[in-house]
This record gives sequence, structure tokens and C-alpha cells, in this order.
Amino acid sequence: MSAAEHAAGPANSTEYITHHLTHYTVGQGFWSFHVDTIFMSVLLGLVTIAMFYSVSRKATAGVPGKWQAFVEMVVEFIDTTVKEVFHLDRSFLAPLALLIFVWVFLMNAMDLLPLDLPGKVAGLFGIHYWRVVPTADVNTTFAMSLTVLVVILYFSFKAKGAGGYVHELFTAPFGANPLLWLPNFLLNVVELLSKPVSLAMRLFGNMYAGELVFMLIALLGAGFFSFTVGSTVGMVGQVAMGAAWAIFHILIITLQAFIFMVLTVVYSAMATEHH
Amino acid sequence: MENLALIAQVQGYTAIALGLIIGLGAIGACIGIGIMGSKFLEAAARQPELIPTLQGRMFLLAGLIDAAFLIGVALAMFFAFANPLLARFG
Repeated sequence: MSAAEHAAGPANSTEYITHHLTHYTVGQGFWSFHVDTIFMSVLLGLVTIAMFYSVSRKATAGVPGKWQAFVEMVVEFIDTTVKEVFHLDRSFLAPLALLIFVWVFLMNAMDLLPLDLPGKVAGLFGIHYWRVVPTADVNTTFAMSLTVLVVILYFSFKAKGAGGYVHELFTAPFGANPLLWLPNFLLNVVELLSKPVSLAMRLFGNMYAGELVFMLIALLGAGFFSFTVGSTVGMVGQVAMGAAWAIFHILIITLQAFIFMVLTVVYSAMATEHH
Repeated sequence: MENLALIAQVQGYTAIALGLIIGLGAIGACIGIGIMGSKFLEAAARQPELIPTLQGRMFLLAGLIDAAFLIGVALAMFFAFANPLLARFG
């Protein structure tokens, strides 16, 4: 999928990239919705649920099929990871971690689709902008990390009770002297807020940069149909570099999904610890 | 004409900033990953039976170290293609 095949025929490279960075937006100002992000993330969430649901319906205790064996591997891998970090009852956290891992992985994996393909498909329905990677939208990642913040607060309250948690907010880490209440509290608020921000920015930054590098690589072969020596070299470069970056990106998308999942578990485990 | 000179100035400074963001970030991330990789190899040579445990953690940390750099790259790319400072000249 080179830039030259693009339906609209962008005038230059900047226009091509800005076009690919534009969301399909409905509404104005504060109430503007990125329809592409919402659609893709909900679709992939449903795919995740359908995947596990279909296996759980047809699960057999006998010789499992390939699909069931694969899902069992994923479930066991997540369960072991959660068990290592989180020592209390994990009947809520382990399924959450599983959902986060698989969902984020699928959303990240949209980065591996040919760059111009989603736009082409959307173009068939008369839509001109379609960004296919929901995690390359800062709204998605912040929505997920703020949900994780709610989970962290839930575990804090559950483990320590409302009184105990408020007591800890004001007395840890420096001590119970009334003079130290305000510094303690401010430090705890910063610590609490830095978690969702770093989670969201890490995932967003990785996916956004990855997407942009794919776009820059796609520009290499942009002039291929002029059939000059330079354009042919560019096309070869695009194929080679695109393949290399896509293979490296398989590592990155898995790693980022894994990190998001592990950090959610680690933060929840930290929230249940008493000071 | 005066406007054009201002735009050129903003573009020039932005280009320098992009180089600094990506270059300094890359230096930091590379040193970090280098130190971690060397320690991992040392530990693996001493106690090969720990490799599976350590490998998972090494990849986790590699992702964490890489993240700050990649956020920098993403910001730099954003400034390269949709410079909000230039938009003021509209």
C-alpha cells in the first residue's frame, strides 16, 4: 500500500501524513467524538469477548482443539503472572488483567494492517478519515488508565477501609505529626495521579510513534509509478523497512499490552499493602 | 514578508528541538537498555537456571525504559507534522 495508490491523491508528504492523523470526528469542541476510535475499540472488545465465550461454550475436558489450547495458554499465562504479584483473592483482578491484555493487544495489532487499507474500506462507505488504531488515540488510553485508577482506589478502600485509607493518605510516608499531614497528602495525591498518566502516555506514545514510522516508511515508495531508478530504490526500501519495522512492532505491541496489564496488577497489589 | 521570516525562524527552532528530543532521548534509552542487557547476560552466565524468570522481567523493563523515549519521538513527530506553534501564524 504505497502513498501513490491513495484514492484522494495527496499533494505532498505532509498532507498525506496529516490526512492519516485525522480522526473521523462527530460533534464540536468538548462534545466531539472520535467515531473511528469508539467503533474500533468496541468492535475489538466484542471480538475479545466472543473469542473467550465461544471457547467456554465448547470447552472439553478431553483432548482440546487447537483454539481451546491456545486460549488455555493465554489464560494460564495471565493467571500465573497475576498470582506472582497479587497474593489476595484474584477472582476479580485476574479476569480484568486477561481482558486488558487481550483487548489492548488486539487494539495495538491494528497497527499491523496495511496503512491505507482501513481508509480505503471506510472510503467505500463515504468516510474520508479512518484511524484504525484505537490505542494511538490519547482518549482511549486515558479512558483505560482512569478505569485502572478506579480499580486501584477500590482495592485501597477494600483492603484498608475508608478510615484506614484516609489515615494512610495523611500519615504515610513521613509520619503522623499534624505538621506533616499536608505534605503527606500532597505527595500521595501526586503518586496516585502519576500512575494513570504514565500508563496512558506510555501506551499512547508507543502506538502513535509506531504508526507514524509506518507512515514515513510508506512515503518512501510514494513516487513508484514514475518508474525511475530513484523511485524503484524507494519502493524496495519501503518493502524492506516496512517488513523490518512490522516484525519489530510485533514485539512492541505485545510488550506494551503486557506492561499495561502487569502494571495494573502491580498497582492493585501496592494498593492492598499496609504501610 | 516579515511573517515569512517569523515562520522560518519557528521552523528552524522546531527542527533543532526535534533533534534534541529524539537524540537525547535515544542516548538515555540506549544507555539504560545497554546496562540492563549487560547485567542480564552476567546474571544469565552465573545462574542459567534463572533465565526464564529474568527474561520476562528484562522485557518488561525494556518496555518501560523504551517508553519515555518513544513518547518523546511521538511528541517530536507531532511537532514535525502538525506544529501547533506554527498554527498561530495561520
